[in-house]
Amino acid sequence: MPMLGIENSIMDDSNDWRNAAHSTGTSIMAAEFDGGVIIGADSRTTTGAYIANRVTDKLTKVTDHIYCCRSGSAADTQAIADIVSYHLNFHGMELGEEPLVEVGAAIFKELCYNYRDSLTAGILVAGWDKRKGGQIYSVPIGGMCVRQQVSIGGSGSSYVYGYVDANFKPNMSKEECIKFVTNTLALAMSRDGSSGGVVRLGILTEAGIERKVILGTDLPKFFEG
Amino acid sequence: MSSIGTGYDLSASQFSPDGRVFQVEYAMKAVENSGTVIGLKGTDGIVLAAEKLILSKLHEPSTNRRIFNIDRHIGMAFSGLIADARQIVEIARKEAANYRSQYGTNIPLKYLNDRVSMYMHAYTLYSAVRPYGCSVILASYDENEPQMYLIDPSGVSYGFHGCATGKAKQSAKTEIEKLKLGNMTCKDIVKEAAKIIYIVHDELKDKNFELELSWVCKDSNGLHVKVPESVYADAERAAKQAMEADSESDTEDM
Amino acid sequence: MFDPMANAPPLWSNGPTPGSFYNFPGPQTKPNDHFTHSQSPVTTATSIVALAYDKGIMIAGDLLASYGSLARYRNCPRIMEVNDNILLGAGGDYADFQYVKSFIEQKIIDEECLDDGIKLKPKSLYCWLTRVMYQRRNKFDPLWNNLVIGGIQDGTPFLGTVDKLGTAYTDRAICTGYGAHIALPMIRDAIEKKAQPLTQAEARALIEKSLEVLFYRDARSYPKYQLGIIDQDEGVKIEGPLSVSQNWNIATIIKSV
Repeated sequence: MPMLGIENSIMDDSNDWRNAAHSTGTSIMAAEFDGGVIIGADSRTTTGAYIANRVTDKLTKVTDHIYCCRSGSAADTQAIADIVSYHLNFHGMELGEEPLVEVGAAIFKELCYNYRDSLTAGILVAGWDKRKGGQIYSVPIGGMCVRQQVSIGGSGSSYVYGYVDANFKPNMSKEECIKFVTNTLALAMSRDGSSGGVVRLGILTEAGIERKVILGTDLPKFFEG
Repeated sequence: MSSIGTGYDLSASQFSPDGRVFQVEYAMKAVENSGTVIGLKGTDGIVLAAEKLILSKLHEPSTNRRIFNIDRHIGMAFSGLIADARQIVEIARKEAANYRSQYGTNIPLKYLNDRVSMYMHAYTLYSAVRPYGCSVILASYDENEPQMYLIDPSGVSYGFHGCATGKAKQSAKTEIEKLKLGNMTCKDIVKEAAKIIYIVHDELKDKNFELELSWVCKDSNGLHVKVPESVYADAERAAKQAMEADSESDTEDM
Repeated sequence: MFDPMANAPPLWSNGPTPGSFYNFPGPQTKPNDHFTHSQSPVTTATSIVALAYDKGIMIAGDLLASYGSLARYRNCPRIMEVNDNILLGAGGDYADFQYVKSFIEQKIIDEECLDDGIKLKPKSLYCWLTRVMYQRRNKFDPLWNNLVIGGIQDGTPFLGTVDKLGTAYTDRAICTGYGAHIALPMIRDAIEKKAQPLTQAEARALIEKSLEVLFYRDARSYPKYQLGIIDQDEGVKIEGPLSVSQNWNIATIIKSV
């Protein structure tokens, strides 16, 4: 009897894209510098081993001064970011001023914690506010929330913890910090099959965001033996 | 009184032909029958002071307080019906707690004021309820900034540098206007606040009263608390001395 | 049970069974009548070491929140000053701890608002937390923590602990996680060898030694920690970040044959 659907397909690796969820198997990071924060991400979205999108933008706007870097399920994190964006903008209107980054992080945390059994989401919330300047909050799977000066996330991050620990310095200049973030992401992308493409950067300061793209061909090269 | 409303004062949901809501005005009357409460904003915080009229000598001291804590950094003083005010205190505390659980930070006073005002205003709209018979002063000191609002039974609220409500609000306001609040610290303001409460107290009509003093300021680490006993004693002494000096000069004049 | 149609065959192939919805071809999705709950912790903190001494109590915990074996967050305090007479230490899921912390904080604020001079006591918080933890385990959604509550009540130092199942006990020395296996025997030995109760200095030395050994033997431990103390005379304080002292001298005398 002919059947519709996918249940009869042979589940070998070459066919995994047919029913795997879109996930941002990812390299994301954020780092505080003198005057704000820099957020960065690769641009690869995979379904299994298939690259569904090679120029994804994983730096998602929440408010003018608060952005998030998403890792985990694309569907989950997009939905969360949309909900938080709604809440935060509404809250900003009620308050009559720009929402604080820590408030944004608290809303992300609340959702990620309350729905931790049904979500796959690891999010970095980064932004600038007039009370505490540039800030980064890490909200990993499980829904805890902690402020960090520098934070990395996604599958690619596990390959570059050592690099970050060795090279991050508090109060770097903007240029220095851009270089640091680009290097870290390039290293992560080169070792993580689920990360790749271009490096997208966002520089968040009092002025808002400044976006940069570093094309795959312009990425810094390291030892490749 | 009974002829004033001429039938248009039976419900909060009905206007009079000249555009008034009598039930709300009657609620304001309830406020005017109650002891005076003032709030003064200094450079480093806010002082709240209340004249708590003692209706019976059989009451225990310090019961039926007129000043409440809403959150660590927020105080509320009221004049009017105490039972009504307690309900406002309750919803203000809930608002503050909800805000913290949702947003992880202290509730900004501006926001709390909006919420409480909206709540009180809702009680001026329906025939099934009566407006709250109290005015409340909200005060906070957060992120090194003092803020103060006064909400009336109508749900109207304004931000203030110095405000008064209750029986002697007019004379209290006159006294407050004499002060240079813009360059005073809470330490100095406490004494002035106590003085004002003593000055506006009407000895002939209301025999006994208890002075309540609280502050939320730099010295209290941003917490809303009763002023320390020593500060209270100093302020009360200063107020009593001022009163005596006042009455002496009065007799001399005569 | 008495419905004669209950086991009736479908009217036609893939058609509706009498009284039920149409059966679509393909994989059947059944309505989900169960929830999955946190069956395992994610970001976790390791042991808590706590000790009562003659005039108070001491609770220590390192600053690491692990993500599996990854030492991911290295500045996560987990000793909480509940009020000036209660300390709470927590191990296990850090997100759950943050949740527990937030509702205890609100409880304390509610209490401070009343301003009636009545303060939460250590045994009350301990007892209440046993109920909270046990209720959550009965919802099959446990708070994945080991909690240690310490303070002074009626002049006597008090220590109690409750785990994710609601299992609870009090003792003069409490260690959770690896600490229960490694530090607790050492601590009990030291207590039993001395007839008198420990002094603060002795308790501190014992805790420092325990954390050192735990650092050698617990792969999820970290040499940076906080130490919370409630003392009859000195009140409450949380010290830190402190460093675990280490001695690797034996490495030099070990040689492979």
